[in-house]
Amino acid sequence: MNSNGTAVMESNQAPKKLWLDHVQEWLTTVDHKRIGLMYIGYALVFLIIAGLEAVLMRIQLAVPDNHFISPQVFNRMFTMHGTTMVFFVGMPILFGFGNYLVPLMIGARDMAFPRLNAFSFWISAFGGLLLYFSFLGGSGLYGAGSAPDVGWFAYAPLTSKIFSQGHSTDYWTLSIMLSGIGSVGTALNLIVTVITMRCKGMTMARIPLLCWLYVVTSWLTFLALGPLTAAQIMLCLDRFAGSHFFDVQAGGSAVLWMHFFWIFGHPEVYVLVLPAFAFANEIIPVFSRKPIFGYAAMVGASVLIGFISLGVWAHHMFTVGLGPAGNAFFTLSTMIVSVPTGIKIFNWMATMWGGKIRFATPMIFSLGFLFQFLIAGLTGVMLSVAPFDWQLGNSYFVVAHFHFVLVGAILYMIFAAFYYWYPKMFGRMLSETLGKWHFWLFTIGFHVTFDTMHIPGLLGMPRRVYTYPVDRGWGTLNMIETIGVVFQAVALLIFVWNMIDSYRKGKEAGPDPWDAWTLEWATSSPPPHYNFAVDPVVHSRRPLWDLKHPEQPDTHFE
Amino acid sequence: MRFIYLCSASMQAAGAGVPYRPARFLATLAGDSTSIFAPQATSAHTIFGLSLLVLAITTAIFLAVGGLLLYAIIRFRQRPNDTGEPRQIYGSNQIEVLWTVIPVLILVVLFLATMRVISETEHAHKPADALDVVVLGHQYWWEYRYPKLGIVTANELHIPVSDLRSSHPTYMTMSSVDTDHSFWVPRLAGKMDLIPNKTNVMWMDPQAAGLYLGQCAQYCGTEHAMMLIRVYVDTPEKFAQWVKEQQKPAVDDPKVAAGKEVFLRTACVNCHTVNGTAAQGRFGPDLTHFASRETLASGIVPNNVENLRKWIADPDSMKPGSLMPKMNLTSHELDQVTAYMASLR
Amino acid sequence: MTTQAEALRATADEWRLPDKGKVGMACLIVAESAIFIIFVIAYLYYLGKSLSGPTPAQVLSVPVFGTICLLSSSITVHFAVTTLEKNKTALSNLWLALTVLLGGIFMVSTAMEWHELIYEHGLTIQTNLFGTTYYSLVGLHASHVLVGLILLSAVLVFGLAGKLDHHHARRLDVLSYYWHFVDAVWIVVFTVVYVLGR
Repeated sequence: MNSNGTAVMESNQAPKKLWLDHVQEWLTTVDHKRIGLMYIGYALVFLIIAGLEAVLMRIQLAVPDNHFISPQVFNRMFTMHGTTMVFFVGMPILFGFGNYLVPLMIGARDMAFPRLNAFSFWISAFGGLLLYFSFLGGSGLYGAGSAPDVGWFAYAPLTSKIFSQGHSTDYWTLSIMLSGIGSVGTALNLIVTVITMRCKGMTMARIPLLCWLYVVTSWLTFLALGPLTAAQIMLCLDRFAGSHFFDVQAGGSAVLWMHFFWIFGHPEVYVLVLPAFAFANEIIPVFSRKPIFGYAAMVGASVLIGFISLGVWAHHMFTVGLGPAGNAFFTLSTMIVSVPTGIKIFNWMATMWGGKIRFATPMIFSLGFLFQFLIAGLTGVMLSVAPFDWQLGNSYFVVAHFHFVLVGAILYMIFAAFYYWYPKMFGRMLSETLGKWHFWLFTIGFHVTFDTMHIPGLLGMPRRVYTYPVDRGWGTLNMIETIGVVFQAVALLIFVWNMIDSYRKGKEAGPDPWDAWTLEWATSSPPPHYNFAVDPVVHSRRPLWDLKHPEQPDTHFE
Repeated sequence: MRFIYLCSASMQAAGAGVPYRPARFLATLAGDSTSIFAPQATSAHTIFGLSLLVLAITTAIFLAVGGLLLYAIIRFRQRPNDTGEPRQIYGSNQIEVLWTVIPVLILVVLFLATMRVISETEHAHKPADALDVVVLGHQYWWEYRYPKLGIVTANELHIPVSDLRSSHPTYMTMSSVDTDHSFWVPRLAGKMDLIPNKTNVMWMDPQAAGLYLGQCAQYCGTEHAMMLIRVYVDTPEKFAQWVKEQQKPAVDDPKVAAGKEVFLRTACVNCHTVNGTAAQGRFGPDLTHFASRETLASGIVPNNVENLRKWIADPDSMKPGSLMPKMNLTSHELDQVTAYMASLR
Repeated sequence: MTTQAEALRATADEWRLPDKGKVGMACLIVAESAIFIIFVIAYLYYLGKSLSGPTPAQVLSVPVFGTICLLSSSITVHFAVTTLEKNKTALSNLWLALTVLLGGIFMVSTAMEWHELIYEHGLTIQTNLFGTTYYSLVGLHASHVLVGLILLSAVLVFGLAGKLDHHHARRLDVLSYYWHFVDAVWIVVFTVVYVLGR
């Protein structure tokens, strides 16, 4: 109190921020780290929601002739589960990590276009909200409609106005279109950032492999989202303007939608998996204490995958009647894409070979990834054999295969990325004990569900069925699959708890808790707004290794 | 090439006669009803043979690579008191070439084997006496037309048995009248999609008489799960008998004339056909020989009076979302029309 | 130590990276091309497959004048950039205005063409497959021209208000890439619709 009786602020005390100030900061931020965190947080919320949709489906399928949910609700569940997981969990979480890490790893201050970055996030976020608004708003004039129920690939003519009344399909189309704009914006930002904002000395041959993979991912995003947007514009024109793109009565083609969708759809799954490879490329070397084996080969393999994946799309259409030449071509191209993919697995193994493997939580998730991605790739090779696909396409064998890729490979590497970079983002370590519980419970549940799931496919069970007859013999297997879900759900809850609890009580991380080698570990945890006080200058692929080991720096060898 | 031929030929023989233990075990899990490992026709056999080759190769790769991975994890784990970094190795061009070339060679083998099966199946020569069936997919039932025999029926497909001595394949020309569907009877052949405005062809030559089950395998709408397939493979005599029965006009039993009258004056005729009456609707299944079918509503329940009555009264109670509306008949009318339908043998 | 620092500084001085705007616009062009290619594929796939209604040969007339205007506008926008680089702002404004004018003429000519097609030949997007693919492809291109015209007009307004100088030439250059892209797409659309398609 001074002599007037008014309170005097102490000179070293900053004014306290209201919670509204915090909200405004986050709503208006253009800082790549905050945008990255918003993407990731947003995706986690949708992961829980889409996971609940899966739980509902698995309860319905646990026994034959079940009436837990109606067919209409079930059909909405698998549509929303697939659509949400791909567009509002997978894409945001992977672009979120890219957003956070890429500028840090190349020694830059932010992304090339920070406002575009913010715009991309908010338009994607709006897309997700729009999709879920369909539960309320999809009724349209006939009282029909609700959430979309046409499957995540929305085949024509099921999506025409005749077969899909109300506006449920329109919610699907528009929400994904908006998310696509956001994805293209982020991809553009990533490529421009990597090409034009690298710190001094960091040639393209010295950027971390994660950055290479995000470049290839972004390149694929451009070429994949375009066809999807085009097809969706066509669908909207059909539904609203009376055009005939997919109107079979007017000579339109249902197969054309399939081609356009899968020209998007197949590269899209590579857009989802390449960031998982990116994380593996950073995490496995650090926990094997060796540099990645064959950096140039890994770059080459990634670029090759980027190109070849544009030419395999019709392996989703082997049963459509492409003719023997078409079937043969796409069998061949799909087999070819497995070669660079296999090279990557071998290189990761070679990185571990002769190393000193530390089994911290990021590494055990990476090991799970390696085994499960191997299996996923092999079932993929099986499915690439067109005649085998004639039996198993559109069956639960395919559902098992792609869940092995999406959950067993991609989600595992996302978990690994969380455990590896959470300390950088929040300055605290996640609990190793809870991490191991998370890993083992989830792995048990994952294998109980998805190993088993291959079998009903082999026994003739098609996908997207809300129930099945008793006499098919699929009941016991489906029950086992449902039981596995319980373990995965509990493991996920442990994971979420770990993140919440460690935020306050985790061990302080410091700038470089894992003894790693790339530039993000050269600044504090969490990094300041400007990332680096002084622009770094690098001379090799592992700048921190050179600093820590001046007697044998990387510059002597590559 | 010969090696591949021998491989798949021996796999075929294994599938056809000699029990191949793991596959047969899997088949028994389902009581043989719809397993791809219990093939009973040429197409399914060739795919089975190829699938065994594929499984063998991928299993071998899994054991080799997985084994190496497991070994690496154990052998190169960090021992407790061992600090200090291991030797830093950056790569090896020779090794990269090695593990590029070997997978390529494996895939060449696989691709050539695949080409052979694609060619055999899709370029198979159609014999002159093959049975022609036109299959049309509807939401949510199957229409079967035998153009050369003048038969139209629904949901239960009757075809003659083939054996190695006298082959009687059935060639199916398939399309859809509404959304995409897919015809999948795992024990007889791979699946083929039914797409509106497009014609696809597939063939089946079942080698043993009996009932083969399947279902629609392309999401087509609300009741996709309940679009079941029943293929009755008949001996030549039984098939000829069936054809004769189906070619007759509809039974006109005077005892159920009241029911026939209810049928003809209600909206039933807008969707259904009964040959020899005024009912010539094409939207729903042909009912001329409805009572000769073992199941109704595309294979979901047995075709008896109780189920039939329930179905006509309220289709949504058994197949919610099916496109047959409630007819709002009185109880008495229901009994009458049920009796009429049950008479259409 | 000093030599090492000098060596570091030497490499630092030579560190030049590509321009953000140009790389970004190149990426946008790739993404937009992917959309256009799909519409072109649909157009080519459905050629001759209409079940009814007018065919391209019956109703399409080659829009020569509009095309010449649009393609010339690429030249004028190029000069707008080069004159701005040399700080000749008045001249730059003139070239910009010409670009907007030529682009505007193209839009008017397209509008007139569509008016004739709809009211005299009865061809709409609902008529048949040709109507569907024609209006969507040409319309998609026209919408991109419109966006370009809006952006160029905005730059023209700034220029006329005296707010542009050679510092802005780089950004105008990036915008001109977009405009060149729109013209290149027109060459493809023109060939597919008015040459091959008839």
